[in-house]
Amino acid sequence: MSTYPEELRYTREHEWVRVEGDAGTVGITDHAQQELGDIVYVELPKVGTRVEQGKGLGSVESVKAVSDIYSPVTGEIVEVNESLAEAPEKLNQDPHGAAWLVKIRLSAPEQVRALMPASEYESYIAAEK
Amino acid sequence: MGARMVDFGGWDMPVQYSGILEEHHAVRNAVGLFDVSHMGEIEIRGSEALKLAEYVTTNSVARLKPGQIQYSALLYEHGGFVDDILVHKVAEDHFFLCVNASNQEKDYRHIRAANGWHAEVDFSSGRYAQLAIQGPRALAALQKLTTTDLAAIRRHCFTDGEVAAAKARIARSGYTGEDGFEIYVDPGQAPRIWDEVLEAGREFGIKPCGLGARNTLRLEAAMSLYGHEIDASINPFEAGLGWIVKLDKGEFIGRAALEDRSQAGVRRKLTGFEMRGRGIAREGYEIFVEGSPAGWVTSGGPSPTLNRNIGLCYLPVDRAGAGQVIQVMIRGQLVDALTVPTPFYKRAK
Repeated sequence: MSTYPEELRYTREHEWVRVEGDAGTVGITDHAQQELGDIVYVELPKVGTRVEQGKGLGSVESVKAVSDIYSPVTGEIVEVNESLAEAPEKLNQDPHGAAWLVKIRLSAPEQVRALMPASEYESYIAAEK
Repeated sequence: MGARMVDFGGWDMPVQYSGILEEHHAVRNAVGLFDVSHMGEIEIRGSEALKLAEYVTTNSVARLKPGQIQYSALLYEHGGFVDDILVHKVAEDHFFLCVNASNQEKDYRHIRAANGWHAEVDFSSGRYAQLAIQGPRALAALQKLTTTDLAAIRRHCFTDGEVAAAKARIARSGYTGEDGFEIYVDPGQAPRIWDEVLEAGREFGIKPCGLGARNTLRLEAAMSLYGHEIDASINPFEAGLGWIVKLDKGEFIGRAALEDRSQAGVRRKLTGFEMRGRGIAREGYEIFVEGSPAGWVTSGGPSPTLNRNIGLCYLPVDRAGAGQVIQVMIRGQLVDALTVPTPFYKRAK
């Protein structure tokens, strides 16, 4: 049984993206939330912001530290998960589901192909430990 | 155990077990158990032990009675901190110092170099493991494992006895802002004692706690951490620790510099603040007052007990009173904060 859904693609910085049509939903991985510990604050861009693959998208803060989130894809923010402002702990509970961060209209959908599939990401984090 | 470990000055240290928030609340509401064996121990013995202890520390060792503990500091001649320490008076000719892990070798050299008397200075860290049992139910949990009457040990006092049938120095002290005990035991016995304390505390909701919760707890209690609030560039008056400096006790290292400072006044002061705007201040972030850089954050983070984002910072003395609006530079943006009295959290007596 895998923790990491097959339909997501993963980055080396522990973000994921799920592509549906021309939009990508972005979040952080279960491994990331485990490493961070109790998440208490999330900072996300506004709708309409242009983001670039590999560049800062926002940040998540746990009790002990702040970590940057990097965008897995290039495009424009079309939706932000506002519920995380009030309930950042959702990121610890359901990082691949209800605690998605933003939706991005992809301007370069082919970027996704270069990201890791679930099996590769699992090997990657296993090697990181 | 599922502990997440980090390397801390050569020690594999648990940052957290079940989660910092859960561990933090356990200490505030029930009891938590910390392995703080990384802390250093230095002992000063002999008929001239008092003279040396008095000369290297800022607080009045002469006022201590056997069985009492005193918060104190080792200073450089210029008045900056070598370390902050706890002095335990074991006997008239024996002082037991608990010092910070990362400073212990430096402290030992500092004390040895100051030994102009016939005092014996021993580096004893290898002979002690230290467990901290902290929280309102700490006494009830630990009492199950000892015949020593724990209620009879007053705050900042200690006694030598047994815990779980092993010799233990039992001190009513801590770094959490709660009631509790710090016990010094034989390292060979420590893993077994750890297990027995967890078992004894189970009915009280005990949680094993890591360095993460230790930090959030001490921050709420506004206790200084070496390398953050205090270091060689900071003197005790700036850190709000003038109460551990007894300028009238006679000569000690750093006294002349502090005497000058106590007359000329200090320029900056450690100050508590609460975030007003959204964001969490972290160590090293810059503080602005009326648009100009004015200081820096020494420690900051969420306060799990108060549910607010709090921090400690250095500010110019004229800005250091409570009720001042300041700004913290958080990733390129100035966010409002308000200076507040410390400690942020004080337990009900």
